Amino acid sequence: MLAFIAQRIMKAIVVLLAIVVLNFFLIRLAPGDPAVVMAGEAGASDQLFVAQLREKFGLDQPLPVQLYRYVKGIATLDLGFSFRQQAPVSQLILERLPATLLLTGTAFAISLLSGVLFGILAARRAGTWADTAITILALIFYATPLFWVALMAILLFSVTMDWLPSFGYETVGANYTGFAHVLDVGAHLILPAMTIGLFFMATYTRMTRASMLEVKRLDFVKTARAKGLRDAVIQRRHVLRNALLPVVTLAGLQAGTLVGGAVLTETVFAWPGIGRLMYEALLQRDYNLLLGVFVVCSAMVLAFNLITDLIYRSVDPRIEFAA
Amino acid sequence: MSESKPIVVIKDLKLALPSGADRAYAVDGVSFDLIPGKILCVVGESGSGKSMCAHALMGLLPDTIGREAGEILFEGQNLLQLDEHKWLGLRGRHMAMVFQEPMTALNPLMRIGDQIAEMFEAHGLLTPKDRRHKALNLLREVGLPNPERSVRAYPHQLSGGQRQRAMIAMALALEPAVLVADEPTTALDVTTQAQILKLIRDLQRRRNMAVMFITHDFGVVADIADRVVVLQHGKVVEQGSADDVLQLPQHPYTRALLAAVPSMQPPQRAPLTDRPKAVEVIGLDKTYVSGGGWFRPERRVQAAKAINFNILQGETLGLVGESGSGKSSVARLVMRLIEPDQGTVRVGDTNFTAIGGKELRKERSRIQMIFQDPFASLNPRRRVGNIIADGPIAHGIDPDVARQRARDLLGMVGLNANAMDRFPHEFSGGQRQRIGIARALALEPEILVADEAVSALDVSVQAQVLNLLEDLKARLGLSMLFITHDLRVAAQICDRIAVMQRGEIVELRPAAALFLAPEHPYTRELLAAVPGRTSPSTERMSQEEIA
Amino acid sequence: MKRFWKLLLRNPGGLIGSIILLAAIAVALFGPIVFPNSPWRMVQRPFLPPFTISALPLGTDALGRDVFAGIIYGARVSLLVGLVSTLAALAVGIPVGALAGYFGGRIGDALMRFTEFFQTVPSFALAIVLVAIMQPSIVSIVLAIAIVSWPPVARLVRGEVLSLRTREYVQAAIVTGQSHRWIIWREILPNALSPVIVLASLMVATAILLESSLSFLGLGDPNLMSWGYMVGAGRTVIRQAWWITVFPGIAILVSVLALNLIGEGLNDALNPRLNKEGR
Repeated sequence: MLAFIAQRIMKAIVVLLAIVVLNFFLIRLAPGDPAVVMAGEAGASDQLFVAQLREKFGLDQPLPVQLYRYVKGIATLDLGFSFRQQAPVSQLILERLPATLLLTGTAFAISLLSGVLFGILAARRAGTWADTAITILALIFYATPLFWVALMAILLFSVTMDWLPSFGYETVGANYTGFAHVLDVGAHLILPAMTIGLFFMATYTRMTRASMLEVKRLDFVKTARAKGLRDAVIQRRHVLRNALLPVVTLAGLQAGTLVGGAVLTETVFAWPGIGRLMYEALLQRDYNLLLGVFVVCSAMVLAFNLITDLIYRSVDPRIEFAA
Repeated sequence: MSESKPIVVIKDLKLALPSGADRAYAVDGVSFDLIPGKILCVVGESGSGKSMCAHALMGLLPDTIGREAGEILFEGQNLLQLDEHKWLGLRGRHMAMVFQEPMTALNPLMRIGDQIAEMFEAHGLLTPKDRRHKALNLLREVGLPNPERSVRAYPHQLSGGQRQRAMIAMALALEPAVLVADEPTTALDVTTQAQILKLIRDLQRRRNMAVMFITHDFGVVADIADRVVVLQHGKVVEQGSADDVLQLPQHPYTRALLAAVPSMQPPQRAPLTDRPKAVEVIGLDKTYVSGGGWFRPERRVQAAKAINFNILQGETLGLVGESGSGKSSVARLVMRLIEPDQGTVRVGDTNFTAIGGKELRKERSRIQMIFQDPFASLNPRRRVGNIIADGPIAHGIDPDVARQRARDLLGMVGLNANAMDRFPHEFSGGQRQRIGIARALALEPEILVADEAVSALDVSVQAQVLNLLEDLKARLGLSMLFITHDLRVAAQICDRIAVMQRGEIVELRPAAALFLAPEHPYTRELLAAVPGRTSPSTERMSQEEIA
Repeated sequence: MKRFWKLLLRNPGGLIGSIILLAAIAVALFGPIVFPNSPWRMVQRPFLPPFTISALPLGTDALGRDVFAGIIYGARVSLLVGLVSTLAALAVGIPVGALAGYFGGRIGDALMRFTEFFQTVPSFALAIVLVAIMQPSIVSIVLAIAIVSWPPVARLVRGEVLSLRTREYVQAAIVTGQSHRWIIWREILPNALSPVIVLASLMVATAILLESSLSFLGLGDPNLMSWGYMVGAGRTVIRQAWWITVFPGIAILVSVLALNLIGEGLNDALNPRLNKEGR
């Protein structure tokens, strides 16, 4: 088991390293001489300053040396410097990370729970109007662009009905503390979390439904019926447990999409997370920051994949932890 | 033959297939009884409706099947009119079922013990602790090795035979009056099958159960049946006591089925001497290594260990063994579908192992293969004519000539020439196997390798295909390597037989000698396990003497 | 093939999806001919609400541009990007998957590691980075979408090829002396195609979503009107003029939905297993 985890972590590190290398070359592909770009970002462009920058960041060194320095920098959590925001990239990201984790975590939990529930409901009532309604709704949410759902949510709940705040992480200037603060953040969280959640809920609903219907036809369900078990027990113990396995796998693969959803949703709701940071970097053509966020996102996805992989393996006895 | 009252009476049962099926009724006017303490075998070929009867009895028919007419009486009540709630009290408690494929019939995520304990739970019996205790005892009763461990095992951790024992333990948990067994030994090896059959027989006697045993295998019928029902196209063509049906079959269909069962007595064959070797296999080794990585130990399976044999021109060499014995690997090694770790295969004068690339592709025409699965061995998207002619065209034959030859070959294997432009799915299993034979012959090979070529076929079709092979072989002067798990088939077609166990040939002798006086203990075990080896009456008598 | 179309069109979802998609294709092809007015031109006062002037049924945006014309011209971009990027992803994914599955061994391993790597990287974030660095243009968008969407194709094809490779008819082809190329082309790929077709139709849908998301973030081709761009442009004025964001969004939703319906219909038609209750 431990050896297995160690192996998986090693693999994740190798992938991360590859992402870092990719990142390095992407920076070099970015338009213009990096030093000139950096100088431009810093608002100065005289020759001397550019030369200084070149030396300071080792841009006068051969490429392999630069690569080595870059990788080493990242190993010590140094993701470079954002001249636009005049701050180290890692610091900017760390400031914004909690908000993103809160948002995506909430959205993920809501969507997984409700998606599985709706999927079960639809599968149990396969062929009835309830199933049809759930299936059609899931299909529609699955096809709706996230950013548009976000805007429609604002239009409906914020502009028209004025129920919920549509902007930011907390009420600016209110300076709530304690429980009031929690409530305030919670109110701000609802719309963005629902926006991301709807799409993923649709995904899990569809997956759970399909998987339940598939498992229902397997032989061991017939065995369970031959035992004289009640249908509810058969569904819960035999069908659902087996049907959830592919859903777990899917949830793991969805991590990358979750990040994409965060970028769009945070942009619309001005949620101060790393998704919004990525958008800001994009607007200002701040490549260091952009790629820094990209590396961090990739690392998060890797970690998430690792966790779902471990969960999957502990739920399915057929896969053994070879050690 | 028995005085006791039937516990289940099936009267004029008529089950409708959904529209669009090949016939209107899956089961059409079937009547038979189940009697406590007796085993009733329901025999028929695939599609005869035998499985449908079993599912109807258990109330497990899919909704698409219409219950048209007739009744199934269990202790006086008509099961066809039972509501689901009453069924719950009946299934498992009074009637239990064992399925064909124990791997898929067990929930892969639940421990064996829990799945057995569920039987008690379903009917609200015992405390959780007692249930576990009972489960353990049941596993002991069905002879599972190391029951303490097995009770905690997941299905994938047991072997096929062990899983089937566990299934039986589960079915017997509540001491049901009726046991329905749907081809329970078909997925098992012959020695395991013999053990499971004996187990069912013993338990059924001890508990005075009525057993409905569904099978396609008359050997199995001979071994365990008290009474026999023969089904054809959903209709009962014959029923009676096992002795009557097996020894004095009345209906032509029953007679044909019985006649198609190959005999265990190899026919007299003139020994082949002074012939050149068509194939020579010297010291073949093959080990499969799986897994292996930074932290994972390797798993090694030795599929072939120092395999030596040769096949003379015009000879048929049989390669028999149970699943996992390595016989199919040897066939694939000989064909060079897989590469050996060591050893040589010579085809005539050519060292078949040493060549490669273009040369190998050219030489391949000399040794051709017939595959097991008539459904998987033909490309579903190519027309039959192409399937046969593709090979010769690849070897540079003019396409028109190749197609004409394909047409001739179809005639030779007993198919109409208009099959050329049709797709494989339009043919039955036996016909597809004939197409596969035509494909192999299209390259005018010297040697045929038949890998379980008749195993997937119904017994009557099997006999026809075997005759065809035998006939073609003689006519074209071919040599053959015949791989099979079925000793009866091997007895009929092989000149010499090699018995394989765990990657090794343990015995290689002329067929007649092997069946008359097997030398190796494993060969003896295999022969003893063949169902219906002795006549049913004597078998039962000797068992009764012991009991 | 005819049977297959029949099956698709018998499926109600597949039928509806096909009709919508055909309509969208017709709009993309002929719309700009029927409505030659450039979607960039100011035609009326800004913020003209919809359904007030019959010539401008969907109103105008913040710069007085015709929203309806934008949607007509946007159909071209969405469908074109969806189709071309999917084709590009197939062109990479199918050979990679086929080679990895057929030959296996070290080359196959290396190819799959490469694929897994691209599948692990968060796809939308990578697409953003790629387009930002290559500078937004229709080519860079198509490239970026293709780069992030080929791995599932490769994995699917590899899986199919791996299982087909051991199929007896493929072995029969080897035994009869066929070449590798022949076996891959004639025996394996035709039989691996159905799931790829299903996946491809879903990929076009995803590609349209990706393109609109990129355009929404300001990474669209600046010379082409696209639905995502329209939603992005209308975002800041949503309180005053809901129609600028609502209509293009519906256009995206409907086309993506149509493609998903077609994908599901194809899946049902090509894998009839689920429709049949076993005997």
